[in-house]
Amino acid sequence: MSAAAIQLPTGAAGARVLGIGAYRPRRRVTNDELAQVMDTNDEWIQTRVGIAERRWAGDGESLVEMSVAAGQQALDASGLTAADVDLVIVASASLATQIPGAGPEVAHRLGLARPGAYDVNAGCAGFCYALSAAADAIRAGSARTALVVGAERLSDVTDQTDRATAVIFADGAGAMVLGASDTPGVGPVVWGSDGDQRDAIAIPQGTEHITMAGQAVYRWATTKLTDVLQEAMDAAGVTAADIDVFAPHQANLRIIELMAKRLGLPESTVIARDIVRAGNTSSASVPLALAALQESGEAKSGDLCLVLGYGAGLTFAGQVLRMP
Amino acid sequence: MSSTAEIQTGLAEILEEVAGVAPADATPEKSFTEDLDVDSLSMVEIATAVEDKFGVAIPDDELGGIKTVGDAISFIEKNNG
Repeated sequence: MSAAAIQLPTGAAGARVLGIGAYRPRRRVTNDELAQVMDTNDEWIQTRVGIAERRWAGDGESLVEMSVAAGQQALDASGLTAADVDLVIVASASLATQIPGAGPEVAHRLGLARPGAYDVNAGCAGFCYALSAAADAIRAGSARTALVVGAERLSDVTDQTDRATAVIFADGAGAMVLGASDTPGVGPVVWGSDGDQRDAIAIPQGTEHITMAGQAVYRWATTKLTDVLQEAMDAAGVTAADIDVFAPHQANLRIIELMAKRLGLPESTVIARDIVRAGNTSSASVPLALAALQESGEAKSGDLCLVLGYGAGLTFAGQVLRMP
Repeated sequence: MSSTAEIQTGLAEILEEVAGVAPADATPEKSFTEDLDVDSLSMVEIATAVEDKFGVAIPDDELGGIKTVGDAISFIEKNNG
């Protein structure tokens, strides 16, 4: 037996978000357009899910291409260069090919120098899972700088004539660059899963299209997840009064509004409602929503954000982070 | 254990809070979806509020069978106390 001790890197005190990027597909699909091919209408969709329009990806907008565009924008915003990034995590539930994952190709196309690269599939919670993994890797010293991407082409796995799902699911990509920080800019994750509800959101084996038990998911999201959000604030040592921006997964506007109400967020808290124009983009929704708020000026540098991903699995992950 | 009248009053309060239904309209023969304009997601919110208020469990598969205010009252009477 060798007596040689294994040494570990020093790591960092914390990780923080350095830049955010977004890619929204060119094609806008309005509720009126959907009403022409299925039994639905603008009023029905707006009152039940709060979506006015969504984006569906087309040619030149593969999951990898959207990831690269969002990733480049995040990299540019961070002030870093490709050479600085040594970890890439792509969160997605709708990659067309199972092998290989998207991470290595995204890294390659961005010109990164052989970073660690892999994919995470935690349904719509994927981005927040990946964010946590990246922040932990930086703290542990496994990486200095990480690119985290959430990207989906849910239109590929949605029956585009099914009014229960086609009006909801959409495409896009969002990204964040994370780096080491003396003061933590990403709080501890509060995550978990409820695998007994694995069938609630699924592409059943042998089929091609996503199905969702809407009422079951709605009930889970509006009851259990409020506790998760509170735990994420507790874990970070902050209270609802400290939250400048609330950006949960953009699944349903009514869920977002109910969560905000039940958490007792102050009037001044900016609430992400990107779902209205983006639809439900699963693991891309949190970075897309934050990018939109940053672009509009509603979220400012240094703002404290509460984020939460939740979805197929069922899975959930929430944390507090500071805007770059 | 609550009386039928107490359950009806409590249910009417929930319906007003969740779906803006006037308490006078929350009579037993009314259908949630047809008469009171309560959609499937509001039904979930009503179910969770009923669970909290009356200490009953309404699983999703039972929720589909509750069509009218009267159905809800009977369900609560049968399952609480």
